[in-house]
Amino acid sequence: MSLKIENLHAGIPGREILKGLTLEVKPGEVHAIMGPNGSGKSTLSKVLAGHEEYAVTEGKVMLDDTNLLDLAVDARSRAGLFLAFQYPFEIPGVSNANFIRAALQARLPKGEDIDAVAFYKRMYARMDELEMSRSFTARSVNEGFSGGEKKRNEILQMMMLEPKYAVLDETDSGLDIDALRIVSKGVNAMRSSERGLLVITHYQRLLDYIKPDVVHVMVDGRIVHSGGPELALVLEEKGYDWAKEELVNAA
Amino acid sequence: MTTETPDISDIRADSVGDFRFPEQHKFDAGMGLSEKTVDYISDVKNDDKWVRDFRKHGLKTFLEKPMPTHWATKDLENIHFDQFRYYLSDGQKPKRSWDDVPDDIKRTFDRLGIPEQERKFLAGVEAQYDSEAAYSNVKKVVEEQGVIFLNSSEALQKHPEIFRKWFGKVIPTGDNKFSALNSAVFSGGSFIYIPPGVKVKHPLQAYFRINSEQFGQFERTLIIADEGAEVMYMEGCTAPKFETATLHSAVVELVALKGAKIQYVTVQNWSSNVFNLVTKRGLAMEDAEVKWIDCNIGSRLTMKYPGVIMKGKRARGEVISIALANTGQHQDTGAKMVHAADETTSNIISKSISIGKGRATYRGLVHIPKHLKGCKNNTECDALLINSSSRTDTYPAINVRGNQHATQHEASVSQVSAEQIFYMQQRGLSEAEAMSLSVNGFINDLVREFPMEYSVELKRLIDLEMEGSVG
Ligand SMILES: Nc1ncnc2c1ncn2[C@@H]1O[C@H](COP(=O)(O)OP(=O)(O)OP(=O)(O)O)[C@@H](O)[C@H]1O
Ligand SMILES: [Mg+2]
Repeated sequence: MSLKIENLHAGIPGREILKGLTLEVKPGEVHAIMGPNGSGKSTLSKVLAGHEEYAVTEGKVMLDDTNLLDLAVDARSRAGLFLAFQYPFEIPGVSNANFIRAALQARLPKGEDIDAVAFYKRMYARMDELEMSRSFTARSVNEGFSGGEKKRNEILQMMMLEPKYAVLDETDSGLDIDALRIVSKGVNAMRSSERGLLVITHYQRLLDYIKPDVVHVMVDGRIVHSGGPELALVLEEKGYDWAKEELVNAA
Repeated sequence: MTTETPDISDIRADSVGDFRFPEQHKFDAGMGLSEKTVDYISDVKNDDKWVRDFRKHGLKTFLEKPMPTHWATKDLENIHFDQFRYYLSDGQKPKRSWDDVPDDIKRTFDRLGIPEQERKFLAGVEAQYDSEAAYSNVKKVVEEQGVIFLNSSEALQKHPEIFRKWFGKVIPTGDNKFSALNSAVFSGGSFIYIPPGVKVKHPLQAYFRINSEQFGQFERTLIIADEGAEVMYMEGCTAPKFETATLHSAVVELVALKGAKIQYVTVQNWSSNVFNLVTKRGLAMEDAEVKWIDCNIGSRLTMKYPGVIMKGKRARGEVISIALANTGQHQDTGAKMVHAADETTSNIISKSISIGKGRATYRGLVHIPKHLKGCKNNTECDALLINSSSRTDTYPAINVRGNQHATQHEASVSQVSAEQIFYMQQRGLSEAEAMSLSVNGFINDLVREFPMEYSVELKRLIDLEMEGSVG
């Protein structure tokens, strides 16, 4: 049981972005990925989610016993993969509550309907944890949300959908200090022995709140270093050049 | 101006609603249109002489008028008038058995949640919808209030003193080629009179007196709300309809006398072989209000621009419309607002959705002459494109003279982007569900204007359309 990425090569026509990436997140674990701008972190998250812009040319991704790459985007989600987007999209006219409800409904067998009362009760509880105002249930998904509100909304969706594995792409950027604490609390509440998290970030600060089991350094489409939480501190001190040099030395 | 003809090979043969059976009719005016056809219809209907003359005048006008292809689509030239039957009727005999109805149609009825009795009618199994049981209460109440509710022929025979005065007055025969055609061969439709001060609580529906002509090709409707009266009328339904005829040309006239209110709600789902060329107009006298709520889905070509002539002081006109065009379909819709008195107010909100190669055109006309004072118009037209090859055109003609008026015009075109769909799919929604949600989000504020049962059906119908439009 794990989210297991093996020798993943993927890119856009004429350019390989992921160049043989290997990584395994087991339930109960939190992994962090750090890496310079443009190293392919968001690409990794979108390739995992099945974005049609990227073609996988080599490698394998298993979500528990399921070959993830065989599934359509929505089926991957229903299989238990969640992606908190670095840049969440807006859906005009569709209320947040209806959107989340539709997503939950899509997980039910045909003919079964969501219990509306229980749904709202649960959603309000999660919103309280994230200190989100109730007005966000009726507002259109992400429309007119501030950067930080969008990120909080991603975590709300994650809490409602309860995925087996979640990739959080720079959920911390754009959050003020209080929001960072609140969102981290939400993420920590989601930590469980049944769930694996992959947290992409640029800042060691987030990892003070969400303590990772493993930290990976990604450079140019590959994991070049993996270690314990202390690796984040080394990076913070020495910068990515250090990791890049290591890469050159290793080659 | 658009002159392009849609690619006919694109028309989806599998569209929800395309289904046919061989038919035999008791009354059949035969193929083509001539004086003889018109006489045949007048004979069957036992028309009074003035009605027969009205039809003849319609025919003459129709034959004289050119096709409006100088501004409208060239696809109109593909209508071969000599290849249609202009009048078919069975009397009240059932046409076919339920077992003959194709399974996919039955499934669609299931999905739309159409009541059993209506399904049989819609599929042509029953010539007459048994409205008595379902609506007899409402009907009784309405009749006690003095409301007259008949089909066009009956109304003209039984109550010429009421209907003749307005018949063909809001939309004169020569208004356009298709109103002339309708004037020549009309049958079916609803003629309604609401006495002064009567406020009809329940929406009136064609179901009250449905017969085999109700969904006829050339319906004629005339609703007169006398002073201070109020009525809502609902037409059509979201279910796919049995179609043998591919040319539909209705005329709907509304007359709201002083202080009266008429709301006319249409939801139509045509199969994609149908030409639907409709003329709808209302007349609003002093302090009166005419409101069109119009939803068009499907058809090969729909041309429909509901209008309101605000003839009395402080009259109000409103058009709220939703058009959905899938591949092979062209929705050419809009609104006409003619201000003809001081302090009149009009409001147009139009939303169109184009999917695949579907095409939506908005044509608006707002006319406020110079000698009037204190008129207001608000026009909003928004288009949503799903998939890059969709197209949408907007031709708003706002003809406002003088400077004592307030007008406001907003237009927008938005796209459901691949990224938006990806985002929704990442949450577990299928592509079709994601598109449905976006479309429903786009029209959400307008759907609230529809009567409850229609808005639910509308949502289901959009879900079905989206399912059909993804691979
Ligand atoms: N769809 C695309 N078209 C063209 N180039 C792309 C596309 N997607 C990614 N790239 C390129 O691939 C590289 C990796 O991008 P990616 O967004 O994955 O980086 P990142 O590690 O998430 O960076 P950041 O830390 O700035 O978020 C970049 O050079 C980017 O420009
Ligand atoms: Mg990124």
